[in-house]
Amino acid sequence: MKLNVNGQVREVDAPADMPLLWVLRDLLGLTGTKYGCGIAQCGACTIHLDGEAHRSCVLPVSEVKGRAVTTIEGLAAGSAGLHPVQRAWIEADVVQCGYCQPGQIMAAAALLKTVPNPTDADIDAALSASLCRCGTYQRIRQAVHLASTLPALAGGRA
Amino acid sequence: MSAGGGYSRRRFLTTSTGLVIGFVVAPKSRLLGLQEAGATRAAAPKPLPPPNAFLRIGEDDTVTVILAHSEMGQGVWTTLPMLIAEELECDWSKIRVETAPAAPVYAHTGFGAQMTGGSSSTYSEYDRYRQVGAMARAMLIAAAAAQWKVAPTTCHAENGFVVSGTRRASFGSLAKAAEAQTPPAAVTLKDRKDWKILGKPTQRLDSPQKVTGAARFGIDVHEPDMKTALVARPPVFRGKVRAFRAEKAKAVPGVRAVVEVPSGVAVVADHFWAAKLGREALEVDWDLGEGAALDTPEMKKQYAALAATSGARAAARGNPGLALASVKNTVEASYEFPFLAHATMEPLNCAVRLSPGKCEIWTGTQFQTGDQMAAAKIAGVKPEQVELHTTFLGGGFGRRANPNNDFVAEAVHVAKAAGVPVKVVWTREDDLRGGYYRPMWAHSVRVGLGENGKPLAWIQQIVGQSILDGSPFAAMIKEGIDETSVEGVVDSPYIAGTPHHFVGLHTTRSAVPVLWWRSVGHTHTAFVMETMVDALAAAAGKDPVAYRRELLAGSPRHLGVLEHAVAKAGPPPPAGQHRGVAVHHSFESYVAEVADVSVDKGKIRVHRVVCAVDCGIAINPAGIRAQIESAVVYGLSAALYGEITLKEGRVVQGNFDDYPVLRMNEMPNVEVHIVDSAEKSGGIGEPGTPPIAPAVANAVFAATGKRLRQLPLRLA
Repeated sequence: MKLNVNGQVREVDAPADMPLLWVLRDLLGLTGTKYGCGIAQCGACTIHLDGEAHRSCVLPVSEVKGRAVTTIEGLAAGSAGLHPVQRAWIEADVVQCGYCQPGQIMAAAALLKTVPNPTDADIDAALSASLCRCGTYQRIRQAVHLASTLPALAGGRA
Repeated sequence: MSAGGGYSRRRFLTTSTGLVIGFVVAPKSRLLGLQEAGATRAAAPKPLPPPNAFLRIGEDDTVTVILAHSEMGQGVWTTLPMLIAEELECDWSKIRVETAPAAPVYAHTGFGAQMTGGSSSTYSEYDRYRQVGAMARAMLIAAAAAQWKVAPTTCHAENGFVVSGTRRASFGSLAKAAEAQTPPAAVTLKDRKDWKILGKPTQRLDSPQKVTGAARFGIDVHEPDMKTALVARPPVFRGKVRAFRAEKAKAVPGVRAVVEVPSGVAVVADHFWAAKLGREALEVDWDLGEGAALDTPEMKKQYAALAATSGARAAARGNPGLALASVKNTVEASYEFPFLAHATMEPLNCAVRLSPGKCEIWTGTQFQTGDQMAAAKIAGVKPEQVELHTTFLGGGFGRRANPNNDFVAEAVHVAKAAGVPVKVVWTREDDLRGGYYRPMWAHSVRVGLGENGKPLAWIQQIVGQSILDGSPFAAMIKEGIDETSVEGVVDSPYIAGTPHHFVGLHTTRSAVPVLWWRSVGHTHTAFVMETMVDALAAAAGKDPVAYRRELLAGSPRHLGVLEHAVAKAGPPPPAGQHRGVAVHHSFESYVAEVADVSVDKGKIRVHRVVCAVDCGIAINPAGIRAQIESAVVYGLSAALYGEITLKEGRVVQGNFDDYPVLRMNEMPNVEVHIVDSAEKSGGIGEPGTPPIAPAVANAVFAATGKRLRQLPLRLA
């Protein structure tokens, strides 16, 4: 089947019920999207589907046909630099082990699209389903606020 | 030092792209000479490190730092380069970082094996990495001086250049000539007052690749022809495969092989999903064995019974039994702590490719030397023929430092049995149910207060499994006492200040494999000591902070962080919130935490945590803050939720729905204050964890009058 991933049409040979996560990671080599739980409990696998945050670990690949899939690798695509959320993450020194951060960043980017100036409560609501064992939550909050003040990039996909 | 010499420049040159220059290894004779001299000359107690193993300077001016330790979030990717850069006087923007291969030259300076743990990376490398930077700087200066025909003393290094008068040459332009210079026999390290990088908050160097998805973790590894395997492991610990039928598994599209290995049955497939479906279709007849008899409630009863009796002597003074009988004011308490899983965000995994005379491994490990030896044995090659690529670790917390090498050994077995390169991936359920937990513990404590309200007699019994028992480190158990079982009690200033005391240890055994878990023994001992002292303060009719001040009068660093945290916490919390405090020493650092907590319908909520840390000389204050924040969250997850239980030998919990961890909406405001200190640097990855659970429990007492003595904290 044909998939639209990060603005490119990709042909994959996958069973219809194979979760998008494993299609991305194991068939397309896009390993930035992470496996953490497989049951939509941790958010490490968060991607955008037509611009909205979704859990790719429970999303059968057949359901994304004809829809635009964006992964962490494609978040800043079409622009020269990084997405404002990524820049804010670096500035706020958010990451530790880094494993959950692609999912956190995708969830934050989706939030900022619909709520450009989120409150702490907005951030809690959007990101409470994204787990971090290194405990970077406080810095994630700071970074989302910071990202909301950074200029968006022209041509960015997100 | 033949290890250093053997692991030579040639290897770096052949494995690197582009022109890179390594520094020569100090000749063996000189190192031996230094060692001999060290016996009589205090100035050079240890041979200098072979700098080329830790540092390369490219003709393009890049400075590549090679890490002897694994980056698992704790920040060595930044702090170890800081150590080198300070002495090298290089341009910080030119720093590149690589993880070292597994080789003896990278052995931990204190432990003698290549490993990352014990919150020791930065302080154990404090001399070695700075020496490497200073040696390289001396060689660059020598090269420049020879080129310019001037005395080296007229030259100095600054921001990536060697300068003499009006002459300037970049490190890159000097790299080749520097390589030919004889490494200095001794170096003088910079005085702390001259530091430009160390001691300054420094942003992480691994952020760019971690925010773009480019960072490679073990689970991301894919090599040509590599398959993915999931292993069906016994449903109870120490179970065995009796028989299995693979037909249905093999019928799943994408499944390539089903092979038996010592730990279970591996389903080898083209990708994770096929392996998972194949494993679900696999039929295994298990021989469960004695592990099937394990039930948590029964184990708790056994532990409580043991805690009522006297264990092996871990610390003793005076006659505590007699003293206790002589006083009126006593406090008695029993404590229970569950097994805990590390639950790293990246589930365990390991990729292996075997070829004649070679075993290649890609994984995120904290214990390269042990893994290398275990893999060599299984693969039938020499340890040096095991090429181990350490990736980023999606969290470690101790789980990836296994003396039994479980996830690495198993993957080598699977690759060997399947005859193809294979990456073994653990599902979340495999990971949570795979054992190697923080042991379950019970304590019983009886303390008698003297007329002055201070402890006169203290009797404490500790019950639980030893982490070292049965491991290659078992020799560290001295006279029946595994230090990691009693740390935080036997070295407690409260015990030291109690004239009559006895600390006993009952070391239990069970089929459940146990391991170190962020802050190890302190995970339970700090909770007992700091909640007991709170209870003793109440029994003595004193304020908890004032009481600690009295007991810690002879422990200036405990007292220092306590006063600092209390001062920074400021006035009492807003109405509806209550305050608890705890202070603890672990991994050569001192941390006090003040928690403001509310309790609503039995639900504990932590609003604010003020931390004061004395970790000696602060190498990277930004990293220290991050690690303390992290340690607080990790400890809070355990305090509020963490619990692995067994029913008929089976681990009840399987995923984040029944093994919850702290989430964003529960995150308190955490403030970290670093106490200015000129003491020797201590650890920072773990010491922030022990105080948080007792600080919260003490706040819960302030809120409710209830002393919670079981973790996780439950007000039922």
